Amino acid sequence: MRLPCPICGPRDSREFIYRGTALDRPAPDAGTEAWEEYLHLRDNPAGPIREFWYHHAGCTAWIEVTRNTATHEISDAVLAGGEGAA
Amino acid sequence: MRVKDRGRIDRESRIAFTFDGARYEGHPGDTLASALLANDVRMVGRSFKYHRPRGILTAGSAEPNALVTVGRGAEASPNERATMVELAEGLAVTSQNRWPSLGFDVLSVNDMAARFLGSGFYYKTFMWPRSFWEKVYEPAIRRAAGLGALSGQHDPADTEKGFLFCDLLVIGAGPAGLMAALVAGEAGADVILADEGFAPGGQLTGEVEDIAGQPAHAWAESTWAKLNAMPNVRCMSRTTVTGAYDQGTFGALERFPEGRGPRECFWRIAAKRSVLAAGALERAIAFRNNDRPGIMTAGAVRAYLNRWGVSSGRAVTVFANNDDAHRTARDLVAAGVSVAAVLDSRHDAPKSPDFEVIRGAQVCNTAGRKRLESVTYRTSKGEQSLMTDCLAISGGWNPAVHLTCHMNSRPVWRDDLLAFVPAPGAVPGLIPAGACNGVFATAACLADGASAAKTALRELGMTSPDVDLPDAGADAGRISPLWAVPGKGRSWLDFQNDVTVKDVKQAAQENFQSVEHMKRYTTQGMATDQGKMSNVTALAVLADATGRAIPETGTTTFRPPFSPVSIAAMGAGGRGQSFAPQRFMTSHAATVERGAPMIEAGLWYRPTYFPAPGETHWRQACDREVRYVRNAVGVADVSTLGKIDIQGPGAAALLDFVYTGLFSSLKEGRVRYGLMLREDGHVMDDGTTARLGENHYLMTTTTAAAGEVMRHLDFAKQVLRRDLDVATISVTEQWAQFAVAGPKSRDLLEDLLGTSLGGWPFMSCGPVKVGGVDGRLFRISFSGEQGWEIAVPARFGASLFDALVAKAEAIDGGMYGMEALNVLRIEKGFLTHAELHGRTTAFDLGMGRMISAKKDCIGKVMAARPGLVANSRAQLVGLKPVGEVQQLVSGAHLFREGARISPENDQGYVTSVCYSPTLGHMIGLAFLERGPDRMGDRIRMVDRTKDIETLCEVVSPVFFDPDGGRARA
Amino acid sequence: MLDLTAKTPCDGLLPVSHGPFTLTEIVPKALTSIAPFKGQAGAVSDTLQSAHGITLPSIGGATGNGSVQAIWFGQGQYLLTGPAPDGLDGIAAVTDQTDAWATVRLDGHEAAEVLARLVPVDMRPAMFPDGTSVRTLLGHMTVSITREGEGYRIMAFRSMAVTLVHEIAGAMEAVAQRL
Ligand SMILES: [Zn+2]
Repeated sequence: MRLPCPICGPRDSREFIYRGTALDRPAPDAGTEAWEEYLHLRDNPAGPIREFWYHHAGCTAWIEVTRNTATHEISDAVLAGGEGAA
Repeated sequence: MRVKDRGRIDRESRIAFTFDGARYEGHPGDTLASALLANDVRMVGRSFKYHRPRGILTAGSAEPNALVTVGRGAEASPNERATMVELAEGLAVTSQNRWPSLGFDVLSVNDMAARFLGSGFYYKTFMWPRSFWEKVYEPAIRRAAGLGALSGQHDPADTEKGFLFCDLLVIGAGPAGLMAALVAGEAGADVILADEGFAPGGQLTGEVEDIAGQPAHAWAESTWAKLNAMPNVRCMSRTTVTGAYDQGTFGALERFPEGRGPRECFWRIAAKRSVLAAGALERAIAFRNNDRPGIMTAGAVRAYLNRWGVSSGRAVTVFANNDDAHRTARDLVAAGVSVAAVLDSRHDAPKSPDFEVIRGAQVCNTAGRKRLESVTYRTSKGEQSLMTDCLAISGGWNPAVHLTCHMNSRPVWRDDLLAFVPAPGAVPGLIPAGACNGVFATAACLADGASAAKTALRELGMTSPDVDLPDAGADAGRISPLWAVPGKGRSWLDFQNDVTVKDVKQAAQENFQSVEHMKRYTTQGMATDQGKMSNVTALAVLADATGRAIPETGTTTFRPPFSPVSIAAMGAGGRGQSFAPQRFMTSHAATVERGAPMIEAGLWYRPTYFPAPGETHWRQACDREVRYVRNAVGVADVSTLGKIDIQGPGAAALLDFVYTGLFSSLKEGRVRYGLMLREDGHVMDDGTTARLGENHYLMTTTTAAAGEVMRHLDFAKQVLRRDLDVATISVTEQWAQFAVAGPKSRDLLEDLLGTSLGGWPFMSCGPVKVGGVDGRLFRISFSGEQGWEIAVPARFGASLFDALVAKAEAIDGGMYGMEALNVLRIEKGFLTHAELHGRTTAFDLGMGRMISAKKDCIGKVMAARPGLVANSRAQLVGLKPVGEVQQLVSGAHLFREGARISPENDQGYVTSVCYSPTLGHMIGLAFLERGPDRMGDRIRMVDRTKDIETLCEVVSPVFFDPDGGRARA
Repeated sequence: MLDLTAKTPCDGLLPVSHGPFTLTEIVPKALTSIAPFKGQAGAVSDTLQSAHGITLPSIGGATGNGSVQAIWFGQGQYLLTGPAPDGLDGIAAVTDQTDAWATVRLDGHEAAEVLARLVPVDMRPAMFPDGTSVRTLLGHMTVSITREGEGYRIMAFRSMAVTLVHEIAGAMEAVAQRL
């Protein structure tokens, strides 16, 4: 598998470390349910999913990849830090 | 035997080899199979289950029968296909699956018992008694049914792996592949052309036909040579592309002749586009006793004649359902080999002036035990026999669609071709061309290859050159279906697994009607050839047995690898020293010189203890080293701890966010202990962090978690706290850092640095000059004694270590290793990953109050969950033995006195233990339910695996110097 | 008086040669990591330009050569080889890395074939020309590789010097036998 790092370009998956579904961290006072969901509850789609990968052997950027779990097609990969993180 | 004036081998040179000890000769250009046939060796192996004599069936990589062991001793390689082994001087080959010899094999009695050994036999016969399966049945079956055996020794042969990249990967150098590579190569694309054979041309290597007015094989060779000369084309012979993976990644196994470095290279090829030109595999026809040595595919008989100048028999019979097989008879007659007849199942088969064609004929039986002697065929006129020692059969050709299935696509049945072809878009970026795409005539293959390359070039945004298609034969021939000749007896489908037509029918009858079920029930399509020869025919038989059409019946899934890849090749680059990087501290050489046994800590190598003369047990060394630190001074290399440099206006805020405690309030020149949580509220790591400047901190992590913490900080700053302007970088490697601990540590350092350290309180830090070099000094302690850590740039590490040790030894101290370091920290109740094992919270560790109320931090919200701060949780305590048994064991569990030893009575567990030379008995750290409330209670420590029970008293985890006066001294 | 002696990371390990390939140790005078603070990349580049005559390289690039060189070293990070930089206080995080890396140089016709056995990135000269630099893996190690003329400058963690040399020398030997 190859992942298109927005900084380094397409690279072999062995350069990356997987984290899991890309979610926004709740505010400290968001309540138990929001935190429970953030920590433990995951969709399991047969289709596109957004997930965090770390380019540990490359630029060390955290990236957000849109991957189709059924086909492994990767339709998008952007910096998890948003635009302008160079 | 060899035929005059045929073949493209070098007959002037000879190559000697042995088969089962007998010496034979072949020529450069031979495969083992062609050389064996040339020497009239017909029987080369015994079949998997029935131990039937088997010969060479094919001339290519789909060979199911002729599996042999190549080489001797540790280097022996089992299950090599004789058709793929390139003949080399001194090659030593042995046959397999026979005992005591190939000619006389005791287990061939299995063949007599065949009616008891049908499909599902294992499942039905060896059901019970259940306990017999592992001990009796399975070992017996494995001995009886099997292929070659591993040597059981370490294989000294080297293998390598590698990475290749290209615009276009062309898989197969037959007419379609060569043409595709030529078009793409001339367009200037970056091309890899991979072919599994050692001579280019694919099927053309064995045919008599013309391309561009020259013999087809010559055209293939010159085209290959032309491609090889292009700087943008990498031609790889002896290279099998074994699998298609995500995003244009392919696996490819390249084999190398002896004496050219490692035996094999397993390549990962990243290709922007690919052309699959894998050709087609000729299939057999099922009829009674169709497995005797001497029965071969028609294309193989032709290839042995045309490419290797070998006649596969003295009187050859052809049996086919298609026109293509008639070429075999044509070529044989032209070479002067006698053709007994062409038996064609079709009533409208073409006639020839050169050989007899018997229309509407089907072979219904054969005779000859170790080699074919005669065949019986049936026509409308009845049954007749022919004396023949070679039967060339062809049931048509199966496109080699395997790679198109590797990403879950299923091939599509074409009734007009009687074949499965790749589904459109089966593998993103892969374009099938030529015979694997159902295009059989040579001219059409050339055109299809060119067209595939043009499609790829267009998709790559490149311009296609004008390339003329060479003239070639345009006839694809006709075919009518014939899968199995009806009749009694055993008609073999899968030669490698001894699966017959009857087995498949029986599976269907017993309701294993799905292909996947049939396959597993009969074992059809398993083992090294993965059903390359038999899948489609077996499917057709299953379709017939279940009254369905072939497309309805489906197809089995082809998975990688296309042909066998040794584990050694797949794991190349990961053996021995290459298994994992070795990280050595700057003190490594000095440490090894002192005879310290090393222990791996992550990738690092650390000394366990330093044996002294006269010591016979590690404990003696360990106790002595502990006493250095408690009584004088000890020196230890602690460079393996992770060190992270954190700078920027947001540095303090980042630390406040990742640590439970406040670091923005830490004064410059001071150090603070920090606890890091995961977002779920459990402890991730701990360490000390020093403030070097207003916007400059130095964090330390445990050795084991250094990489994880770096990643965690990157996540925090890149994703969670984008508002912060802060830079982090590992400086673990930059600094060699040594702990200097003990009551005489200040004396040692003052002497070393030539300056007073009176003004350095506990938990202070700052720059120092070490022999003129800029270093850093931290007054921190992991031993409970007055302790320091001194750091210098790593190039000076070895030198500083030597100096520190010399000074320590001069004042009754010395170096200490991991064992002593562990004892010292357990005596003080300090933590390592034995305690921070991922399921403990700050509360459990008695550090609940370290979670600052003044700010948010990672893990804070969830650490406050009621379940994580409940007093019933197992919490950190110390244990000391109070009964007769004085031993403590880490991993042991804790029970109330008198309680039954059972999981529901489990009260906790022990994480770290040691003998404390300071206290004179064993001590342990443990997690105990409501532990802090139970000080002074007695508890039973039970280790059921070592059968040890120890009565303990629950005590504070800080065994020594509880008020910490020694560290501050 | 304490007199500390320096040891290079590959002390006693290099040089090594097999066939046309040679592997030698490079000991840079200073290696400094420069991570510009937010919005300061331009100012950092200007400062380097006036102080040392080189600008910050773009992603995957290298600037300067010989005595002063800057290579891209990861997201928002650059490595200056040669002098310790001046004038970056407050606009960049500056960290001494002189001792953190083992630096070796691989030379020889078709040295890319050696790296093809170890590195999952296309190292062929046409794809990785002079002036390019990459962070990637070599075997199981994270490395920085920079093309310099006909050769490659390869950096790995100092503590991994033994493995670095073992891996590259092993591939050199294997490929040399192929030629
Ligand atoms: Zn990257």
